[in-house]
Amino acid sequence: MLGEGILKGLAETAKNFFGSYFFAERLTTVEYPEERIAPIEAARVFPFLVYDVENRDGGGPEWEAGLRCVACQICEKECPPKCIYIEKSKDKKLDYLGKAQYYPAKFDIDISVCMSCQICVEVCPFEAIKMDTAFELSTTDRFGDLLLDREQLAKPNEHYHKIHPTEAAAVDAHRAEEKMKADAKAKSAAEAAAAKGETGKMEVKPAGAGA
Amino acid sequence: MTVAGAVRKQLPVGWNRPVPIEPEGEGELLEVAMGPHHPSTHGVFRMDVALDGERVIRLKPVFGYLHRNHEKIAEGISYLASMPYTDRLDYVCPITNNWAYALAVEKLTGQTVPERAEYLRVILGELTRFQNHASSIGFFIQEMGASGTPLMYAFREREKILDLFEELTGARMMVNYMRFGGCRVDATPAWLDHTRKVVAGLSAFVDEFEQLLRTNEILMVRTQGVGILTAELAVNAGITGPMLRASGVNYDIRKVDKYGIYDRFDFRVPLGDHGDIYDRFMIRLLEMRESIKILEQALKDIPGGPVMDPKAKIRGFRPKPGEAYGRIEAPKGELGFYLISDGGPNPYRYRVRPPSLVNLTVLEDMCLGHGIADVVLIFGSVDIVLGEVDR
Repeated sequence: MLGEGILKGLAETAKNFFGSYFFAERLTTVEYPEERIAPIEAARVFPFLVYDVENRDGGGPEWEAGLRCVACQICEKECPPKCIYIEKSKDKKLDYLGKAQYYPAKFDIDISVCMSCQICVEVCPFEAIKMDTAFELSTTDRFGDLLLDREQLAKPNEHYHKIHPTEAAAVDAHRAEEKMKADAKAKSAAEAAAAKGETGKMEVKPAGAGA
Repeated sequence: MTVAGAVRKQLPVGWNRPVPIEPEGEGELLEVAMGPHHPSTHGVFRMDVALDGERVIRLKPVFGYLHRNHEKIAEGISYLASMPYTDRLDYVCPITNNWAYALAVEKLTGQTVPERAEYLRVILGELTRFQNHASSIGFFIQEMGASGTPLMYAFREREKILDLFEELTGARMMVNYMRFGGCRVDATPAWLDHTRKVVAGLSAFVDEFEQLLRTNEILMVRTQGVGILTAELAVNAGITGPMLRASGVNYDIRKVDKYGIYDRFDFRVPLGDHGDIYDRFMIRLLEMRESIKILEQALKDIPGGPVMDPKAKIRGFRPKPGEAYGRIEAPKGELGFYLISDGGPNPYRYRVRPPSLVNLTVLEDMCLGHGIADVVLIFGSVDIVLGEVDR
């Protein structure tokens, strides 16, 4: 019969149309912004810098003292669109392991260039840069407001825990382990140094004895 | 040999071709520039068509409006940094782009991929093929004039698959998921369950789509016998993918190369017999069914274990001087990456063999003699993405 195929198709359309009145799964759209779907843990938008609240070496505001970044510039090198700009500091500060490290005197990300690929996060050996999930970032100034400096980028570890709980817990466990190892090492080194100091004293020979 | 489920109308040969107008005295051809901002061109693409009445006498494809220096950029950055750029080639199926590039680098450096990662690649690759075919049929039907309905149904299904991608990789389209020697993150059991649930519903969607379109008289009349591509021309022009198989040539890289673990799955390669638009449409429908079969097998067999080779380095490696060509059966055809290394941290030469560009080369041969309205349909049935054509 001519038109049979068209009628079959129309029946399918009718099924979908009337189905949407009876089955919730037929309604697939969400009325943003009044209605929002739950955020996804793996979501990634733009990077931010993690800082720890417990203040360590150095003064200044909390976010500056607690930054995990040591300005190693790996992310700057690996960034595909080259949107990261880092200036290394002249002096060093102690990090959470008690090691003297540089810190970023300048850390800028141009988020109008950033493509949210997460490569900076992957290559960072210090867990210092992570992906944020905030996406409503429209501004009226397309240059200044989209060039984020380190103060705007710095966010506390709690924020990281809030947006990526599983990942953040794993990172914290890893860091605690590192710290324990470093403490144990420092302790044993101190003991060894002390022991060596004592034996060293005994072995001191009078000057010119060997001549 | 006929395509399973294909219904054909008995129509006289060439009935839908416009009759040439005999010009009285000095006739003139009408030249029309279709595009670059034509809604049917899938982006920015121009067809310079010379018309005799409504008949296409000459057709010149013009592209390059979306050229963004992809290959040259990749030669200046490290191997890893090119990975997110490959997402932007064929932005409808980023996973398969990632896969082809990862395969090329793995060949260059000799890295191996763990079992679980191979399964994840197959699962994601077949999901990508499914959503690409669904949306490409939707777009093609929309170009025929059915504005909305089939495309919206296709996109409803595509959303479910994109949700899966988002849950796993963090992004819906720019996934940046594969790495040399595995995949970036492991799939959780919850994700696998979610995928099983989605895959279980895909079959019903294909049934619905078939019911909606397969025997539709308007679709049959407008597509059967239109835009015929002979097997000989298809092979000579280097056409790959569903377009080649619609012309009846049995060539699927999943079967020929058996890259990854494709030799473990039981699936068939659908072949057409007429090489017209209707066959291309049917081949895509049948391939969607085959993809579901592969997905079901892969989701059943997926083993545990790591998803990254523990010895694999993702950054800071320098492959030995040499060359490698990694190719896969992307949803649109053979997608290949050709890399030459000179021992440095960047590739010396990086070349993409895009299926969309090569499949476009026969556009004129398919369109000649047809009416201008059929050009839109023939172009839609090629299934291109301009991000890949222009690079």
